Amino acid sequence: MSRQLHALILGLAGGALARLAITGDSSRYVRAGLRPYLIAAAAVLVIVAVASLWYRPAPQPDGDPHEHEHAHGNGHAHGRFDVAWLLVVPMLTAVLVAPPALSSFSASRSGTALSAAANSAMPPLPAGDPVRVSVLEYASRAVYGHGTSLTGRHLTLSGFLVSGGPNGWYLTRMVITCCAADAQPIKVGLDGAIPAGLHAGNWIEATGAYTSRVVKDSVNGEDIPFLQASTVKPIPAPDQQYVS
Amino acid sequence: MTAGEHTEIAHGSGAPPAGGTPGAGSRSWVRPVEVLAVVLVLALVSRGWIVGHTGSARVQSWLTIFVSIVIQASPFVVLGTVVSAAIAVLVPPAFFARVLPRRPALAVSVAACAGVVLPGCECGSVPVAGALVRRGVTPAAALAFLLSAPAINPVVLVATAVAFPGRPVMVLARLGASLLTAVVMGWLWLWAGRADWFRPPARPELDGLSRPAAFLAACRHDMTQAGGFLVIGAITAATMNVAVPPSWLHTVAGMPIVSVLALALLAVVLSICSEADAFVAASLTQFSLTARLAFLVVGPMVDLKLFAMQAGAFGRRFAIRFAPATFTVAVLAAAAVGALAW
Repeated sequence: MSRQLHALILGLAGGALARLAITGDSSRYVRAGLRPYLIAAAAVLVIVAVASLWYRPAPQPDGDPHEHEHAHGNGHAHGRFDVAWLLVVPMLTAVLVAPPALSSFSASRSGTALSAAANSAMPPLPAGDPVRVSVLEYASRAVYGHGTSLTGRHLTLSGFLVSGGPNGWYLTRMVITCCAADAQPIKVGLDGAIPAGLHAGNWIEATGAYTSRVVKDSVNGEDIPFLQASTVKPIPAPDQQYVS
Repeated sequence: MTAGEHTEIAHGSGAPPAGGTPGAGSRSWVRPVEVLAVVLVLALVSRGWIVGHTGSARVQSWLTIFVSIVIQASPFVVLGTVVSAAIAVLVPPAFFARVLPRRPALAVSVAACAGVVLPGCECGSVPVAGALVRRGVTPAAALAFLLSAPAINPVVLVATAVAFPGRPVMVLARLGASLLTAVVMGWLWLWAGRADWFRPPARPELDGLSRPAAFLAACRHDMTQAGGFLVIGAITAATMNVAVPPSWLHTVAGMPIVSVLALALLAVVLSICSEADAFVAASLTQFSLTARLAFLVVGPMVDLKLFAMQAGAFGRRFAIRFAPATFTVAVLAAAAVGALAW
């Protein structure tokens, strides 16, 4: 019986992975570059499942073609819990519950991870007024380039809000390498007029100018640079909430 | 292998007696496939209730991390299980005995270096190591391969080089300390390991099946078993990730020996994929390079998700001895290589 059960569980897993990869919902959990691999893995799982259901082994003399699978006390003898069942849990969770991308809860617990992204190449910013820069780009130019390439420019950054305690709000993006388990925040402090009624986790777009103010992250003591914001407006969360 | 060899079973109750009629009782009133159908219907019906009761930020973060560990590992588990099924079906039983050196101590070193060829993370190497043992590779050599493959393959080394720009020594130190740990653990197993600690990975008998049928049966078995234990590991890792406040790390960063142990323990707890751990290590800037090296050496060899997968593949009695020993050897190797390098 384990043949059919395992085939159905693998088929379910393959279907769930394929759905996540095709709809793009997988970007809440893993980096976007993994999508082709997820589709390949889903295809293998579905092929194994379908072939297992279709391809019946020849019946054995004892009357049940699968009984010999249990005769050696292996991982799925009857009367013992078969761990294959556990695979159903994450797949149903991903498809039915669809937990959201990591946001302010995780970001406020982790220190800003700017040093992991230290980049010495800092060409002048592209033209534009205001010019759009990422939180990561702003933070590394501000901290490692001492703001030289930012001074005098009108800048627009987007991210979600994390409470910085006495330092006000931090504009934050999560950086992931493989999956959400390795997600780390990059934080930029916000000075200036921040509209009331915003909550941690809200996505905003802030436009403003470089300021030399820097504070230390209370979690890991890394530098958090600030932006002197002139306008702050709420925006919907983007499709790709992580930076990778 | 015979049923008599299985004196120890990974999880709980005993094996059915060999030659008996296992399952005759439990199948008489309900079939697993019907249970699955009921589970799916219940999940669909209660979806609204479940979503309504998982609204808190902590629970949502837990769910996201849990799901993401499983999803991120799935391509590697699928790759590892297909490779292991191919070894089971395509490689003749005597092949590895011919290729590996006859002396076990030498075979361990060769197997550790052979870890270079398996691109991927630690989730894929567990089923492959199991397949090697079934194909007659001495367990010590298969274990050396199990430990070295996720740490020293080119994908992981390139990721390490990218994460530590301007510090090529970190790549060499990781390679050296990981190889050293894998070889020492293989030798340690040869010297002190006992056969009854190690439950050879069981799998349905493939003899008598045609090649496609045997390949399918091997894939199905390895995917469901490795996947199931991966889920157990993901549950523990997500729980630790959400429960342990990262700020405690800050307080120990300044203490030389404690900081090495702290990051080694962090690697166990976080269970990050070996392809990603270098970037996390790079961000732990308040720690010494030796402490971060310990994080990189321990992570691919001992972590919560890997422990669950090893217990599933080789038995719990094996895992509770092997994991602490590997942890100790890996920390010592990282400290020694770190002392040489910096």
